[in-house]
Amino acid sequence: MPSLKERLNLDQVKRSVLDSQVWRSMFRHGYEDTPRNRVLMVVDNLWLHLHPTKIRRHAIRIRFTWCMGGVTFLLFLYLVVTGVVLMFYYRPVGEYAYADIKYLEFDAPFGMFMRNMHRWAAHAMVIAVWLHMLRVFMTGSYKPPREFNWVIGVLLLTLTLLLSFTGYLLPWDQLAIWAVTVGTNMARATPLLGSEGPFAEMVGVTPRFDARSALLGGTIVGPPTLLRFYVLHCIVVPLIAAILMMVHFWRIRKDGGISGPL
Amino acid sequence: MAKEDKVVGSADEMAKTSWERVNDKVHVWPYLTRLEFMCAIIITILLVVWSIVIDAPLEEPANPSVTPNPSKAPWYFLGLQELLVYFDPWMAGVVLPTLIIVGLMAIPFIDVNPKGNGYYTFHERRFAIFTFLFGFLVLWVWMVVQGTFLRGPGWNFFMPWEYWDPHKVVALTNVDLPYMLGFRSYWGQAACGTVLILLWYATIPAYYIWRRERMKNVGLVRYLIKASLNMTMMGIVAKMVLRIGLNVKYVLVTPWFNI
Repeated sequence: MPSLKERLNLDQVKRSVLDSQVWRSMFRHGYEDTPRNRVLMVVDNLWLHLHPTKIRRHAIRIRFTWCMGGVTFLLFLYLVVTGVVLMFYYRPVGEYAYADIKYLEFDAPFGMFMRNMHRWAAHAMVIAVWLHMLRVFMTGSYKPPREFNWVIGVLLLTLTLLLSFTGYLLPWDQLAIWAVTVGTNMARATPLLGSEGPFAEMVGVTPRFDARSALLGGTIVGPPTLLRFYVLHCIVVPLIAAILMMVHFWRIRKDGGISGPL
Repeated sequence: MAKEDKVVGSADEMAKTSWERVNDKVHVWPYLTRLEFMCAIIITILLVVWSIVIDAPLEEPANPSVTPNPSKAPWYFLGLQELLVYFDPWMAGVVLPTLIIVGLMAIPFIDVNPKGNGYYTFHERRFAIFTFLFGFLVLWVWMVVQGTFLRGPGWNFFMPWEYWDPHKVVALTNVDLPYMLGFRSYWGQAACGTVLILLWYATIPAYYIWRRERMKNVGLVRYLIKASLNMTMMGIVAKMVLRIGLNVKYVLVTPWFNI
């Protein structure tokens, strides 16, 4: 009788798995440390091929990049995942919204944890975006040829704040509606388009039909506002942000890396 | 950087050595991917621990008839809410935020200095860095901190050790700057305010004429945009100083809008 070890030759098992047609159809190559394989690891992988095969040495120094652009993107991914989970439980209706948050906190499995992740990742993303902008400025990475990518970045910063702001209303508690009331009150002071803004009487806008009521769907932060902010938060703004992110990342490649002259 | 500055000396040489350092390339796999992986793990651990330890806030159900005091915007907008102390809502809530976004987007097009592209330096781009850091750290980050921790009921100012007294009485003896300067008639005040604002922005062409030689590579249009954005940012500071130091409410009063 051969021993158990002989019968269960792990090396052989591993080799037959790695050499099988199924495995090789998914993974084209192993981890050999050769220059050719290092290049293949990147170009043969859908997720990694966002990167070039070689980058400037400063782009891997944490002291140079602070890793903040990547952290921002990572947090965005966490927000998408946890946000989708929260959407399973949450109804953006005046009568239900607050109760659904309570249900999420006390009854839904991992509901509180998902809500916490979503909230803290959102705050962290705002800070990470600011630090990313600070780093890009301090290294002069907005200079030619990256002027336009900086503009995209500023738009993404604005969208991040809008995402956070629209999400702020959804728990439908006192903190939410009054913070959003304070924020959206500014809209009625818009010159020409706000009912209390300069030159409003020339345009003829009223409190019911002006920039603020278009945003709120009424004259106060009420259930129509909740629905509007929900749609903006879950569909409109993330979609625009995702499109701009694609442009942002693509242009890093096209502009020759994260910084330095082309 | 400071150590290397001393070694290489001139700014041009500094740029050259920095550039040579910048253009040295390495493989993404494994040098970048392993770093991204580590970074993702660390951030994930921090986020998970944070989310287990600290719960997201949830107050009483929304109630339009009970206004909390103080009512604060989300923390990242408190810098803008702070501006409401110094400006009317159409300025603080609409015009200035728009100018912040437009001004940020304009940075690559108004900064013509080719140096400091891809490496940290202060002395090669002093003005750009000073302006940006002043706007970011003082006018944005500090205002957010102040709005979060030092503004209490009635948006009154409280030191960290003070009790947030909702009945705190603050004498509001604000007057308009033209009135303070002795103008009593309505149109006299409007004219005075207009002149003051025009004088503020008149520094822009004055500086251009004074430094004509230096402005050649900047260009007139680019200079005008750059200087207007800068003077507007410093104008915010001027208005804050006037408001806090001299209790000035408005500089310019008109039937349609006040600044």
